[in-house]
Amino acid sequence: MNADLLSNWLEWLPDLGRGLQTSVLLAAVSLAIGIPIGLLLAVLVSSRRAAIRMPSIVLVEIGRGTPALVVLQLVYFGLPNAGLTLGPFTAASAALALTTAAYTSEIIRGGLEAVPKGEVEASQALGMSYRDTMRFVLIPQGMRIAIPALVGFGILMFQATSLAFTISLQELLSRAYSIGSSTFLYFQVLLLAGVLYLAITLPSGWLTGRLERRLSRHL
Amino acid sequence: MEHVSAVLLGVPYTLLVTVVALAIGAVLGLPLALARRSPLAVLNVPARVVIDVLRGIPPVVWLFIIFFGIGNQFVTLDPIQAGSLGLGLISAAYLAEIYRSGLGAVHSGQWEASSALGLSRTDSMVRVVGPQAFRVALPAASTYAIGLLKDSSVVSAIGVADIVFQATGDSRATGAALAPFLVAAAIYILLGTPLAIASRRMDSRLRMRVAR
Repeated sequence: MNADLLSNWLEWLPDLGRGLQTSVLLAAVSLAIGIPIGLLLAVLVSSRRAAIRMPSIVLVEIGRGTPALVVLQLVYFGLPNAGLTLGPFTAASAALALTTAAYTSEIIRGGLEAVPKGEVEASQALGMSYRDTMRFVLIPQGMRIAIPALVGFGILMFQATSLAFTISLQELLSRAYSIGSSTFLYFQVLLLAGVLYLAITLPSGWLTGRLERRLSRHL
Repeated sequence: MEHVSAVLLGVPYTLLVTVVALAIGAVLGLPLALARRSPLAVLNVPARVVIDVLRGIPPVVWLFIIFFGIGNQFVTLDPIQAGSLGLGLISAAYLAEIYRSGLGAVHSGQWEASSALGLSRTDSMVRVVGPQAFRVALPAASTYAIGLLKDSSVVSAIGVADIVFQATGDSRATGAALAPFLVAAAIYILLGTPLAIASRRMDSRLRMRVAR
């Protein structure tokens, strides 16, 4: 180890760095697609009409009850049977976006419910429609309350991109594994992969903590 | 139907890995939580680093480090051992944070009352604060356990014959790409839902007995 380890790490770093880029991009795409759908689901789940509420609840519970790995396998291996073939990156983004939508809908619903009732009553007193109340009063404040939890979920989603290894997407873990299988230095290269994951997750974690303190200052 | 019986073969392995990992996590999480709460920097700084590192690296990567890294080059581990150990260590970090927030939620008056009654710090912890913290921490811990049941699916990547592993195998053997994974999804939902309902019931019953 030591000097040997360092020179190996420097040699592997460019390749793993490209893998890390793929992982970060995958997480970003999944979150960018998943969170708006999550918001939509959150609004539908809070609907007063049972015909809208019930199917949405079922959808969210199925989405949260199924492991991300299974959703990934379903989308990548299962959908071609139904006539829809997706590349690894598209399949992984679609699968992780679905999981994101289901989980973030509950986070966002929590945020919407945390907005004081008086806000809604005040909007009604001002004669605002349900849609305007949602759009201008409830959603902006609810989303702000939900931000720290959403960032925390984003970090977990970034970690979940490592599951895309199973559908042969060239992300960080699969690059590390293939270096490991050609050099037999599994421990050394996987350790570097772990360090690279930490390089993203640790600073983001600290950021969430600071964000939480900052945003709760005026509540 | 043949897909169902094939995928069901994985249920015992999924349950085994989940239960062993939870047991490891529940035990190791306790000293970690106490160290993290300690006012001494020699205890709380390392505890914080251990928790952050365990939680900051994805579970599959931990399993690979343990199974392929340590398993090939240092001590030999079979997939079940490596899977339970890896998930157990990660659970220890998550449960430590859950224990810690449970301890933090117990009103400080409980500590003061205990010391006013002449109880030592250990006795206050074991007899007064600990049991109440347990009640507060239980819902979060059971939510974590339900999550772990699903996250345990990553052990299929190192060859544990769990639900996902059986679904993949069945899909390869029969050529059916959709059905085995749908069955797997249904099994996870069926396993998780009763647990979720039970934990919600237990939560409301235990909450009644915490001093505010």
